[in-house]
Amino acid sequence: MSFIAEHISVLVVIVPLMAAPLCVIVRHGAVSWGWATLVCLANFGLSILLMQQVLANGTIVYDLGGWEGPWGIVYHIDEVGALVVLIVSAIAAIVMPYAKESIEREIPKERHYLAYCMMLLCIAGLIGMAVTGDAFNLFVFLEVSSLATYVLIALGNDRRALTAALRYLILGTVGATFYVIGLGMIYMMTGSLNMTDLASLLPAVQNTGTVHVALAFIVVGFGLKLALFPLHVWLPNAYTFAPSAVTAFLAATATKVAVYALIRLIFTVFGDIDPLETYGVRAAVMVLAIAGMFAGSLIAIYQSNVKRLLAYSSVAQVGYMILGISIGNAPAMAGGIIHMFNHALMKGALFMALGCVFYVIGSVKLEDMAGLGKRMPLTAAAIVAGGFSLIGVPLTVGFISKFYLVEGALAAGMWPVALLIMLSSLLAVIYVWRVVEVMYFRSPAIGCETRTEAPMSLLVPTYILLGAAFWFGIDATFTGDVAMSAAQTLLGGSK
Amino acid sequence: MIEYEFPGLLNYWIVFLLMMIGLYIVIGHENLIKKIVGLNVFQVSVFVFYISMAKIKGGTAPILADGIEVYSNPLPHVLILTAIVVGVATTALGLALVVRVQESFGTIEDDEVREQEEQDG
Amino acid sequence: MSPETLILLSLAIPFIGALLILFAGPASANVRDGLTVVTAVVLFGVVWHLIQLVDVGERPSISLVEMLPGLSITFTLEPLGMIFAGIASFLWIVTSFYAFGYMRGHHESNQTRFFFCFAIAIMSAIGIAYAGNMLTLFVFYEVLTISTFPLVAHSGTDEARRAGRVYLGILIGTSITFLLTAVIWTYVEVGTLDFREGGILAGNAPAGVIAVLFGLYIYGIGKAALMPFHRWLPAAMVAPTPVSALLHAVAVVKAGVFSVVKVSVYIFGLDTLQSTGASTWLAYVAGATILLASLVAMTKDNLKARLAYSTISQLSYIVLGAMLATNIGALGSTLHIVMHAFGKITLFFCAGAIIVFAHKTEISDMRGLGRKMPVTFFCFFIASLSIIGLPPLGGTWSKWYLALAAAETDQVIFIAVLMISSLLNIAYLMPVVLYGFFGKEKPEAHHAHDHDDHAHHAPPDHPMLRHLTFGRPGVAEAPVMCLAPIVLTTVGCFVLFFYADRIRLFLEPVFGG
Repeated sequence: MSFIAEHISVLVVIVPLMAAPLCVIVRHGAVSWGWATLVCLANFGLSILLMQQVLANGTIVYDLGGWEGPWGIVYHIDEVGALVVLIVSAIAAIVMPYAKESIEREIPKERHYLAYCMMLLCIAGLIGMAVTGDAFNLFVFLEVSSLATYVLIALGNDRRALTAALRYLILGTVGATFYVIGLGMIYMMTGSLNMTDLASLLPAVQNTGTVHVALAFIVVGFGLKLALFPLHVWLPNAYTFAPSAVTAFLAATATKVAVYALIRLIFTVFGDIDPLETYGVRAAVMVLAIAGMFAGSLIAIYQSNVKRLLAYSSVAQVGYMILGISIGNAPAMAGGIIHMFNHALMKGALFMALGCVFYVIGSVKLEDMAGLGKRMPLTAAAIVAGGFSLIGVPLTVGFISKFYLVEGALAAGMWPVALLIMLSSLLAVIYVWRVVEVMYFRSPAIGCETRTEAPMSLLVPTYILLGAAFWFGIDATFTGDVAMSAAQTLLGGSK
Repeated sequence: MIEYEFPGLLNYWIVFLLMMIGLYIVIGHENLIKKIVGLNVFQVSVFVFYISMAKIKGGTAPILADGIEVYSNPLPHVLILTAIVVGVATTALGLALVVRVQESFGTIEDDEVREQEEQDG
Repeated sequence: MSPETLILLSLAIPFIGALLILFAGPASANVRDGLTVVTAVVLFGVVWHLIQLVDVGERPSISLVEMLPGLSITFTLEPLGMIFAGIASFLWIVTSFYAFGYMRGHHESNQTRFFFCFAIAIMSAIGIAYAGNMLTLFVFYEVLTISTFPLVAHSGTDEARRAGRVYLGILIGTSITFLLTAVIWTYVEVGTLDFREGGILAGNAPAGVIAVLFGLYIYGIGKAALMPFHRWLPAAMVAPTPVSALLHAVAVVKAGVFSVVKVSVYIFGLDTLQSTGASTWLAYVAGATILLASLVAMTKDNLKARLAYSTISQLSYIVLGAMLATNIGALGSTLHIVMHAFGKITLFFCAGAIIVFAHKTEISDMRGLGRKMPVTFFCFFIASLSIIGLPPLGGTWSKWYLALAAAETDQVIFIAVLMISSLLNIAYLMPVVLYGFFGKEKPEAHHAHDHDDHAHHAPPDHPMLRHLTFGRPGVAEAPVMCLAPIVLTTVGCFVLFFYADRIRLFLEPVFGG
């Protein structure tokens, strides 16, 4: 037990990373699935322990192989980091049991084991991004997760999944390479790659052109990965054509981890400089975030494929997170952080519910979902409940995020921003309501009036996630406290 | 005071030239294979960038030997070794995807693929 | 049981009732309807008990859950809220009975969904009434909006769907853009959202902020239907009549105006409003709404539409009282919540009875109908008088206090508004009664219509649903299931005239002597 406690920060990465090749060795879909599910559950347990440790003892710094930083690679886990690890592993633990039936329906049998292997690699990469304290190691984990993601998307049963994956691959690689360029410049100026070390070395050279350009490269690079408007073009197709389980997992985790990485870079690595303020880019980032909120929601309104509709809504939601980060006071920052968690819950649940729809009726087109309230009452209710969260109805997690964001905007005296947040959530009302109306107030097409519900193995995980989306909306003291204290730590570093 | 002496900043000029060429190929060409090649050019420019910065004037290869005081910085070399591996993986995956695209669309020209995609609705 | 348990109980009862309805519904309509009544009666019993506790000066309070660090879902009983809770829970009983008659008589589909949402709506109304801070109020306010949406769009026709969209669009739109902003802004300014006597913003925010905030609050509470955010109310009248009763009398609009009063009294404090003048311009808006809505009502031939605009006008009475920002004004507002609830629910019940059992929706088609449905039209007459504000009916008192408040603040113009509005009330309500009793029937239209409807609806065979004739030829009154509630609320209008002072005493801790 003490061994686990001591090495827990590395175990959360190692366990899925080591488990992945086993799936390829056994080459059997169901066995791989059982193994992957087991690993994900175990990893979820580990990440809870990790969270407890961080909450009890504060930030954990772990030297890999006993090599101390800044020479060796260190893992550096603060509260937000632990929260992100928890998000990823929790979503994984919920999606895995769900994945079996969904993947059986959507992926040819001989490729099942590959899907589970890639899921595990993707998890390892994402968690690695969250725990690492080394800037180059971040790139490595970013690529581990990205490569797995490209494969997962390409597994979709529509041929457009291939092109979606390829386009994402090209853009994703460009983004990652941008990050490496920026990092190289910083390394030139400081000679270090350790995030904590960099934080203390950077202020001395903050006014050099190299550091300016480096920051620009880094922000644009991660902007691509986290789908910051207008760098979001890869996202809608990728989410639309990936297998349902994959979409649920990616939508809930991938962009969040990238957002977290960006937070780390801006507020820890560049923290002492406070780059948003020093380089006068706060307004620019805010404008992009708000543009994303509106563009994403507006485009979502006109989608006829519900999966794509939700994908565009994700673009908008990323805008909320970035907005929270860019406002620059504790409540708004907490809003951004808490929205990472909350959005993971609601988007995950929504995409899983859509997976149920696809499982039963073989389509997620809006017109095919007519009368779904009668045909699949539980699934339809789940979509409605998830939609409430997107809108930000009270008692759902979406409300909590919005409360913090608006509180932050108002506390900063930016009331037009507060108003824009509210207005953009009205757009969410419109696109959610289009779906609700079709499901409940339109009759099903002739010949499909029969009542068929998705199997329990799909519905139960969906409802667990949905339950969490309400639980943390009704009692947000845990998430609120963590996000708030994390925000204060992050911003404290910039003062 | 910058000393203009050969090669000076030539390496970095080359790096950025390659980078721009690579990016241009990625954006400007419709052929998917060419896009991937462009991506490779782009990545290689970054490798050169790292290796150039590791060079220390008068330094030698970072292998411990008697009588040598000045070494090039070995760390960027190691980093780039990792990056090369990542680049190879990306290229392999990208090419594999291109093969699959060719199988299901019958073409590897991006504009033609797009046309077919629009017909899929 | 401790009062705190009772508070939770009175929220749990409609919720549990709703769930039972959901499960019993598909099995048996009678069990389902029985459950609705039992739930409603038990709820009223609990609320009544709590009212008595509050009357003797107790202020029980309980926090359910901490939603955000430092912000809880809290329920605190105080006289203002208990008035609203009392009305909502009492009228639920009456409306349930009426709804059984109406829904069955009208052969509505999806009745289980209907009664389920109805119960949830009542739960939210109780939650609003008990709310101990603005966050709680906002939460239940939104739950109320969402739970009533399926009721408005109940029939699922294009028109109903459109109405549902308008309903949801305006109510969610205003509440999110204005109300939520105002709530969070208040939190940022003061650091608390608790309802406190004298108001939490008093002395804690600059006058300019108070003025802006107040505007945001009042327009954020779209349920109060202050112009120009009133369109949802006439749109929603496509819903079945019991829903209109719920919207207009029991829960929705009353939740709106109740929130307006509550915000004015406990968030801002009447003194603060008076001294900063934040509410003055809104008083003029309310005055204009009173007159304009009355004028629009006169142009409507559809009875329910006319009543809908009448409601808009009457709601602005209540808003006006709060905007005058004196104790007497706010007292008048609170009284008017009660009086208008009884008057308007009677009117809507009558309109519903006419629609279902005489198949008439247009006022001009109702000539001579009073002779066929004498009880219904007589009750309509009495309730109209109460709305107009004539003694000996409840509506007299609220108008009296409102006029007094206007005089007290030297704003004679509002006395004029009230008087003109009373005249307009007469002008749009009395013709219905006059047509009914003294109008000449148009036989040819009547027959065609009658025939048509009988082809669609087989006459109800249940004894409770049979037309009452009182043994007289030519009389075809609504069945007892519908008529009893109508008579009951009419009597209520009358009784309230004599108990208005008792209500004033009950409210004394809030508004003083």
